[in-house]
Amino acid sequence: MKGKVEFRSDWCKGCELCIPVCPVDIIFIDESVTNSKGYHPATVSEMEKCIGCANCGRICPDSIITVWREKRVKKAEK
Amino acid sequence: MAKELWKGNEAMAEAAIRAGLKCYFGYPITPQSEIPEYFSLHLPEHGGVFLQAESEIAAINMVYGAAGSGVRTMTSSSSPGISLKQEGISYIAGSELPCVILNVMRGGPGLGTIQPAQGDYFQATRGGGNGDYRVIVLAPANVQEATDLMRLAFDLADKYRMPAMILADGMIGQMMEPVEWPDEPTPEPIAKPWATTGTKGERRHNIINSLFMEPEACARHNEKLDQKYRTVAANETRFELIGDEEPEILFAAFGTPSRLARAAGKILEEEDGIKTAVFRPISLWPYPYDALYDAINQESVKAVVTVELNTGQMLDDVKIANQGSKPISFIGKAGGMIPTPREIAVAAKEALGRK
Amino acid sequence: MEMDVVYQKSAGLEDVEFHYCPGCTHGIIHKLIAEVLVELDLIGDTIGVAPVGCAVFAYDYFTCDMHEAAHGRAPAVATGIKRALPDKTVFTYQGDGDLAAIGTAEIVHAAMRGEKITTIFVNNTNYGMTGGQMAPTTLIGQKVTTAPLGRSKEHYGSPIKVSEMLATIEGAAYIERVSVHNMAGIIRAKKAIKKAFQLQQEGAGFTLIEVLSTCPTNWGLTPNDALNWLQDNMIPVFPLGVYRDITAEDK
Repeated sequence: MKGKVEFRSDWCKGCELCIPVCPVDIIFIDESVTNSKGYHPATVSEMEKCIGCANCGRICPDSIITVWREKRVKKAEK
Repeated sequence: MAKELWKGNEAMAEAAIRAGLKCYFGYPITPQSEIPEYFSLHLPEHGGVFLQAESEIAAINMVYGAAGSGVRTMTSSSSPGISLKQEGISYIAGSELPCVILNVMRGGPGLGTIQPAQGDYFQATRGGGNGDYRVIVLAPANVQEATDLMRLAFDLADKYRMPAMILADGMIGQMMEPVEWPDEPTPEPIAKPWATTGTKGERRHNIINSLFMEPEACARHNEKLDQKYRTVAANETRFELIGDEEPEILFAAFGTPSRLARAAGKILEEEDGIKTAVFRPISLWPYPYDALYDAINQESVKAVVTVELNTGQMLDDVKIANQGSKPISFIGKAGGMIPTPREIAVAAKEALGRK
Repeated sequence: MEMDVVYQKSAGLEDVEFHYCPGCTHGIIHKLIAEVLVELDLIGDTIGVAPVGCAVFAYDYFTCDMHEAAHGRAPAVATGIKRALPDKTVFTYQGDGDLAAIGTAEIVHAAMRGEKITTIFVNNTNYGMTGGQMAPTTLIGQKVTTAPLGRSKEHYGSPIKVSEMLATIEGAAYIERVSVHNMAGIIRAKKAIKKAFQLQQEGAGFTLIEVLSTCPTNWGLTPNDALNWLQDNMIPVFPLGVYRDITAEDK
């Protein structure tokens, strides 16, 4: 796993802006869930595919996405 | 300290500098243009900022910004320009910020004339902008008092976090009179922990704002303002009562007409033996209703004569104070003309049913 | 596997929910400003001026001190703040109704004076907050609630191009039009906003970044369709690019 994302689902408005910008196509709207705002929130299906590119985080207008990426190993330490 | 001869507008500007003015924003308009002119040269000499704005609207909004930043700030204008500032004054009052607004009144309505008038009494005391707010309004009757009230206006604005206005008729701004500067230093700025000066990462953000989307919150804000205004009304009325201790005629006048009324009183005393006194509100808001009621209800007073450079605006407040107790008459001229003492004396005699 | 946080809500934003409609790009623009102010270590010395319009509650969202202005008057309020506190960073955040209609005089003269403030001008071609009425930036033929048959050039003229207009003013140090309709645009927008604040720090003069923004609700489009509509319809009328850069002229 290169990356990981976490959605603050309660604050998601289900706008879907994060979906097309995901290069590995793992974000979808979870219609089985309705959050306290009344929206179906965005969520991730196969987290192991996440590359931690942060596109979803950068485009999310509500700043509800936190993105992690595998620690880069400096060349000298290799 | 020796007396110096000063033109009213320049004296008021100098008084503001001595009161610790930091930022002035204005726009030229007759008959107050000497004020920005004076500041443009002398305010920077005292470490302050003078800026000529693109409009009166911009000027008052610059005052809004500077007031939010916690500095002593003011603007000045004359009647049509003050009309343009009403939006900003409402925001400043709603956001509970201190500032001083100086209106050197000219004739209206519209462009009116550039000669002295008092046609902005309603606008100043009833609030020309939207919403339930008040502005402290102080009206000088001579140049010395204009300088004294300037300092007071800044102090009251800071004390109550609200706008204070000097309401001077064009006569006060344009004439020259002796001024004696009080021997007191420029005050140190008071602490304003609410001001937007940058959080430095040491506190939560300060917000200067007059918007309350929830009606309950807006109602609470209005109640808070109202409570403040009641405190101001209870503590900050100012007036002067001069003349005979047992007057038959009580003149009510503010600013320059109070001096005309005194001159009329002299004529009445000398020619007809009629004793008079002049009740002069110095604070137009809060209005000294109780003091005026007491003055009117002296046993000797047979009639109240209100003198104004308009068609009868403060007259409403005189009627409120009077509570129907004594007959009230009015003499005034609007549009830049000034009644003579003789005309005022004639009006007073008519009020007594004498010719 | 050890992992680093590579993206999270900016420390320049309060931990509160935005009131904006789903997919409205105001939220993206807010965080770009917040990220820049944090990265430049300016957030504790900044005063932001909020407008009247959709972004009216911006004062609740930034962690810096905030001042809510009357409609269109933000540049005048910012002028008052900057002149009172010349060492502070001051920005205005204004929409197209606020800046390009009722506040035209204030923005032009702030630019003329070379006022050392940064204006973030959000152009979404309509008055969003009041329900999608016509703005000076509404496109010809675009249907809005006060021009339900589409803006007519004969009746209302053509959309005003704020960046082009302000670029003619000598006091302006940096004017750029950017867009947040895709990832490249967002990255470019952040760079532009950063440059504007850096130039303000250097005392270069007035800086303005016009950001093309979507209004899915009033345009009647899904948020992603709105991004495409912006690209296809707004950018041809409002071309992206740097319209004034006095640092380039120096070189």
